[in-house]
Parts: sequence; C-alpha cells; structure tokens
Amino acid sequence: MSFDATNSSKSFKSVGTRPLRPDGVDKVTGRARYGADFNMPGQLVARVLRSKHAHAKIKSIDTSRAETVKGVKAVVTAADLPDLTDGDPALFAVLDNCMARNKAMYDGHAIAAVAAIDEKAAKAALKLIAVDYEILPHVTDVDAATLPDAPVLNEAIFTQGVEPKSTRPSNIANRTEFGHGDVDVGFSHADSVVERSYKTEQTHQGYIEPHACVANCNPDGTAELWVCTQGHFVYRQVCADLLGIEVSKLRVTSSEIGGGFGGKTHVWTEPVALALSRKANRPVKLVMSRDEVFRASGPTSATSIDVKIGANKDGIITAATATLRYTSGPYADMWAELGAMTSFACYDLENVKTVGLEVIVNRPKVAAYRAPSAPMAAFAVESAIDELAQKIGMNPVDFRIQNVASEGTQSSYGPIYGPIGIGPTLEAAKAHPHMSAPLGKNQGRGMACGFWFNFGGQTCTDLNISADGTVTIAVGTVDVGGSRASLSLIAAEELGLSYDNIKAVVADTSTLGYNDMTDGSRGTFSTSMATISAARNAIEIMRHRAALMWDIPLGDVYWEDGHAHAAGTKHGNLAPLSVKDIAAEAGKTGGPIAGHSELVADGAGVSFATHICDIDVDPETGSSRVVRYTVIQDAGKAVHPSYVEGQYQGGAAQGIGWALNEEYIYGEDGRLQNPGFLDYRIPVCSDLPMIDTQILEIPNPKHPYGVRGVGETSIVPPLAAIANAVSNAVGVRMTHIPVSPPRILAALTDAKD
Amino acid sequence: MSSIAVATIINDDKVEFLCQPDETLLDILRNRLGLMGTKEGCGTGDCGACSTIMDGRVVCSCLVLGAEAQGRTIETIEGMANGSKLHPLQRKFIEHAALQCGICTPGFLMAAKALLEVNPNPTETQIRFWLAGNLCRCTGYDKIVRAVQDAAAEIRGETT
Repeated sequence: MSFDATNSSKSFKSVGTRPLRPDGVDKVTGRARYGADFNMPGQLVARVLRSKHAHAKIKSIDTSRAETVKGVKAVVTAADLPDLTDGDPALFAVLDNCMARNKAMYDGHAIAAVAAIDEKAAKAALKLIAVDYEILPHVTDVDAATLPDAPVLNEAIFTQGVEPKSTRPSNIANRTEFGHGDVDVGFSHADSVVERSYKTEQTHQGYIEPHACVANCNPDGTAELWVCTQGHFVYRQVCADLLGIEVSKLRVTSSEIGGGFGGKTHVWTEPVALALSRKANRPVKLVMSRDEVFRASGPTSATSIDVKIGANKDGIITAATATLRYTSGPYADMWAELGAMTSFACYDLENVKTVGLEVIVNRPKVAAYRAPSAPMAAFAVESAIDELAQKIGMNPVDFRIQNVASEGTQSSYGPIYGPIGIGPTLEAAKAHPHMSAPLGKNQGRGMACGFWFNFGGQTCTDLNISADGTVTIAVGTVDVGGSRASLSLIAAEELGLSYDNIKAVVADTSTLGYNDMTDGSRGTFSTSMATISAARNAIEIMRHRAALMWDIPLGDVYWEDGHAHAAGTKHGNLAPLSVKDIAAEAGKTGGPIAGHSELVADGAGVSFATHICDIDVDPETGSSRVVRYTVIQDAGKAVHPSYVEGQYQGGAAQGIGWALNEEYIYGEDGRLQNPGFLDYRIPVCSDLPMIDTQILEIPNPKHPYGVRGVGETSIVPPLAAIANAVSNAVGVRMTHIPVSPPRILAALTDAKD
Repeated sequence: MSSIAVATIINDDKVEFLCQPDETLLDILRNRLGLMGTKEGCGTGDCGACSTIMDGRVVCSCLVLGAEAQGRTIETIEGMANGSKLHPLQRKFIEHAALQCGICTPGFLMAAKALLEVNPNPTETQIRFWLAGNLCRCTGYDKIVRAVQDAAAEIRGETT
C-alpha cells in the first residue's frame, strides 16, 4: 500500500502531550535490564588483553601458558577471527579494531581475549599471555601526524580525493571538498576579514553504562547475542559477516541501553565474545571496564581547523573558507568530510569552500558522537563569525540574521533548503529575555548556532491489535531516551486511541524486519513514520471488518476518532464501531488484525539551534562557571515535549563539558593518561545551572506530523557559545577547546605580557 | 582463599552470604544476590551508579568490601518502593522525565533519598552538591533537580 508522508498540518490530541513513559517504573525500581544485567546458564566471563603501546608490531603471541590456567575455557587472538571481509575496508577496520592482526595501533588495542569460569581465572590467564612487540614510532597529535617527518602509520593508506593520485602512503587518508562560487572573488569584495586557526581536543561520549554483551554460539550454527547497542540489526549484520554466520541464524536482542550518544552504533567487542563462545562452546559474558571504555571505544575526533571569513561594511559575508583536519584513529573514515559539510550550513553564502582532511593517528578508532563532527566545525566558524561581527561593529545576533540561510538557500554542502528553522531560532534568541539580561563583573555572554542533517533510513514496524482492542507496536529502533513514549503517542494519535491503550516494545532481530540503528536523530522521526503507516494499514483492515460486520459496502465506511462510521443515513442509524468492538469480532471476520510497515524514511528535515550562554570567569585562577544557559531549537513537531527538552538539555550539558573540561590527554609515550571519570571530568550536578529551553515548531513538510529529529543538534552550538562567552568575559579570543582553567589563565597571562 | 560468611540486613530482609575477601559489596549484590538494580559504571567510586545506603549513609558499593557489610543495614533500589507503591522520589523522577537512559537512576534515587532523610527542605544548591557524586550523561541534571525539589515538597506535605 502506498504511503503518503506529506505533512497534513492536522491538529493533535495525543501528540504534544506529556504522559508518563512506559518504561519508567522498570527504571526507577531497578528492574530494567541493561547490557550487564543478563546471564545465561553455564556462562563464562571474558576479559581482553590490551596493548600498552601506542604503535607496535605484534611479532608473536604465545597463549599456551594462559590456556593451562584452571578454569580457562578458551583463549582467542586474531587467528580465531579469520579475515572474511572480502576487501570491504570499513568492515576490515571493525575486525582489526576488535582484535589487532599485525600491529597494535593505539594504547588499548585488543590483542587477545580469555573466557574462564570466573573473573579471577580470566585475569590470571591474561597475565600469562606473552606478546612479543616491536615498538614503532607513534604520533597522536592531529597536526604532527600531517608533518613530513611523521611516522607513516598505515602503508596501505594513500590520500584519496586528490589529483594527481597520491603515489606515497600518507597519514592523510582522504581529502573532500564542498562549496560553491568563487571565494577569491568574494574575499576581494570584503571590507573586513577574520582568519584564525582553532583546535579541539578528543572527547568521549561518556555513557555511564560500559559496553556489555552475552554471546552464545550453539554447535548447530545458530547464535544469540544480548547486547547494549543503538542498532541490533546492524550489530547482527557486522557480527555475522565477521564470524561467518548466516545472518538469520544470529539473533540479536538489544538490552535497555545505558547511554550511547553514537558510541554504541559501532561494534567493539561483540565479535570477540562470539568467537570465545564458539571456541568454548558455552555462553560468554563480556563487560568492558571503564578504563577499557576510555582507551578502546568511542572517542570523537581531535581537530585542527583554519577558518577565513570576509564581510563587506554592510554586514554581508562575501566569502568563507575552512580547512578542517579531523583525527579518525588508525583507520580511514569520514569524520572530516562531515565537518566540512556542516561548517557553514547555517548561512546563505555566495562564495564558500571547505576542505576536509582525514588524519590517521595512534588513538582509538573514532566513533560517532552526537551530531558527529559538527560541534568542532561550528566552534571554529561561530568563533570567527563572532569576531567578524565585532570587527565590523555589528551585534553578533544581527550579523547572523543578516546572513542566515532560509528556504531556497543553496546550502554550503550542496542541497537547496526547504522550510528551515535557523532564522526563527535567531529571531527567538534576539527576543529572549536572556539576551538583554545584565551581566555581572567578570561575566561574559556568548551565542552560537548549530546545524545537523538528521537521517531517515530503513525502518520497519509491526502494529498488532489485541482481542481486547489494545495495541502493541513492535519497533526496531532502540529506545535511547524515551522513544517508546513518543511512538506510543504517535500510534494513539493515528488510531484515535488513548495513550494508555498502546504498548511499545523494541523487537529483536528475529521477530521484525531490518531496521537501521538509532542514530542521526532518526529514532522518533523514522519509526513514527513507519508507525503511522502501519496504523493506516491496520485502519484499512478495520474498515473492511466493519463493512463485514455491518454488511455494507466498504466505500460507505470511514474512520474517524478511533471508530469506524457508516457514511450517511442510508444504512440506518448504525452506531460507530470502536477498535475494541472490531477486535472482539476479529476471529469471525478474517482473523487477527495487524498493520505492518516497511519503508525507507526519506525527508528527514534538517535541524538548527541557537544557544545563549553566560559564563563567570575567575581571572585569578582561570576557573569558569556557566551561570545561565538557553537552548532554542526547531523540533518540527515536539511529540513528547518533556523528552524533547531533555534532548536539548542533555546535548547542551555534553557540549558544556566538552567546551570547558573534557579532553583525552596523551603522554609522550602515546598512552592515554586519564582513562577514568576522576581525571576525565564530565559535568556533575553542581557544575551546571538549570538549562532553559525553547521549542520552535517549523513543520517538516515530508513527515505526516511535521516531525524532525531532535536528538543531536543541541551539542553543536555549546563549544562556540562558551568560547565566545569566555572570550567576551576575559577580552581574549579563545581558540583551543576545552577552555579549561589552565588555557584561560595562559590566555590572560599572554594578554598581560 | 577461603570464603567469609557475612550476615547483613538488605532491604529489611536478613541476608547471609559467603564472599571472597576481595569481592566488593557491588559484586555481592549483583553477582551473588541477584540485586542487579545497583549498576556498575566505573568500579572506582567516580560515577555513583552503584550508590546504596549503608547504615543511613550513601556509599559507592564498588568501594565497600562485601565483608564490610557484616552486621550492617543496607538499602538498595529494589527496596525503595513500598510494595507496589512507589516512593515519591521514584514517582517524581518519572513525572518530571528526570531519566532518559535510566542507568544512573537507581544511584540518583538512593542518593536523593538519603539527602531528604537528613534535609527535608534542601535548596537547589544543596541538592546539586549532594548529588555531585552521581554522574548523569543524558539529562543535564535540570529535570533531576526539579524532581527532587518536587518530591521533597510532597514529602513535606506542601503539594497534593
């Protein structure tokens, strides 16, 4: 059945309300089961041996002594995970990352793993694995890795995207370019130009739940995996490919997930757990320690970005360029490309050019982190925009409004925009009381804008009408922050039922068709589309059933407010039939009633936000504190406003941590020096003020209810908003994130000298 | 190493268990007693996900040895509700959308309960500093603080 996803600008009964989430009681009583909360009979405990070298050739691994430890049931190395990747570089990167094959590429790279009857035996065995390393020169800094004298980390990597083709291996894996117009001509028309270089340090998503899974390979060729993941269907595909299991024979169940923020979209240790289970012929539980989470999973890119923006005296930007270097860890990826695409997306520019350079370093494989790559680019660009506004004597809000992108603008990365929210968020910021509130001594105000694409993708939902007229929806996108509530609201809205009549569950990979993962802010956007489609299909069936029950033509039955109605008066005064009435008779009218939907959710409307931040800086110590913070973002349509606010606040808090404190610190030896929450300090409750939110609703024309993704954009503006606030507070332009106390103090000292 | 026999009271029940000298209270709760509502986020006392209340005081159960529980009274998240009746803090956390992923929630609820037992009328600042040992990466803490404020007001009898 064809599905029309066009926005119908209807009025809503359920959508936009704030009911209690269906998984709330489980989560406040400790009953919700996360990755580490599941056990199987006969289960073994797995531990992983990790490299303490930043870069080393693995000459040999001797596991013989480890295998003799009492209670050890299996030891695996890369030899137990043969290369089945068939030339797919992305898949090979996952394989090599989950178990180093020839070289350890970073401090924390997995070398071997043990499964034993208890942790004590597993740890004892790890100590007896003898690895003969040949230490190689390493490089961890983004700029140092691009220098001519840097050690080349991967002889197989030649810079892609350059003409003529590169003939020598390089740490720059690829070059991408975006833009339009002629920037040289544009700069020749500029009256003022700002040109600066910026750096941002590597951060971790910092989910509180470490990666955890239970793997169970059966001798009959079937396997099960219980895992905390943002995408169990994707994990199934990757693990099946790497282990040589038929996809349908691997059943993956997603646990409740204790935070992901992109970090649980990537496969880390799951193939190792499966390999151990296969070798030991027993279920294997593998839970990462926090140290392992920091050293071997997740981080975002460290970056080095050059920006040049010119404007004429009327405040029109005449040209803008950026060169963005992003680390990707040991393997080629597309993080710099995303940075290059997002950097100038908020603005309507005649001449713009961005170049992304992907840099290989001896750090963990970079993972997605909430609007991946956008916050760093926004930090650099929004800092330069602020400085340029000051230079030409314009208010930073007015300068941005003057140059803002709107419907019909050709974006800096290519597409022409439909209706978008950046202009309205800026106008709302301008009018917001926060913008005109007085500031205290040593305080500064900053603002910044942010953009994220939002994704759609493959989605599948089943909607089953029970005999009592209540409804279950089985969805395939993992609920990372309240989507079962929002999807239940959507189903209630479309069916005309009460929210309490709907039960949403996340189905496992064997009971529902394929779904892309919960990433790209797609969970509620795409699965609500599939849920609406499934509900419409179920309604169509219920119209048929009502026609049968009444014995009238189908064309005379219409659906409204959760009931089948007989049209007109020609059939007498037939009382409308409720879902409950129709469901009760289902056995006599054709059997169970269900609606299904399989679709590719196109038309994820792009997302924009503007943030305002006040910061208090102690000039004696360089210590700073956010005293007021406001998030203004377009949601398209806020399905459950409480959880939309929650996304805005949570993203802002993560951005504040990134801007002020969080950073991976590497020693001269290339080892990570702060792999724990004590030294890698994420914001705590006493660090933050309340975070004010304002939800704008500019409907997405390509979603039936106007919904846009809301999850990621909120982390994009904070780096720049805070850097601008600190710069305004201390009178020195801050160009290196995080603007931690030592950096602020150094900037103040430099300014005095 | 031989096991140590420990007698304790957990959530009003007499509980006896055997443990190794190096096992933590967190290990005991999760692995030996099946009380998995207490979470492990770091194992080093930095995240507060394993917060429990021991003799009226909030502790990171990853920093307490199982053997130290001898003769103590311990409260975990599993004992917070009164049967099917949620504690006001539990109810307010749901009402205020004070959890997203929920992994930190049991720890926050334990810490907040201990706070309200010693200070039924905390200021926002007191709440923020009391809860500073519990990390939440999803919410930005705004709704958590509001939930605690609202629960405190209800417990004081100021709301219906």
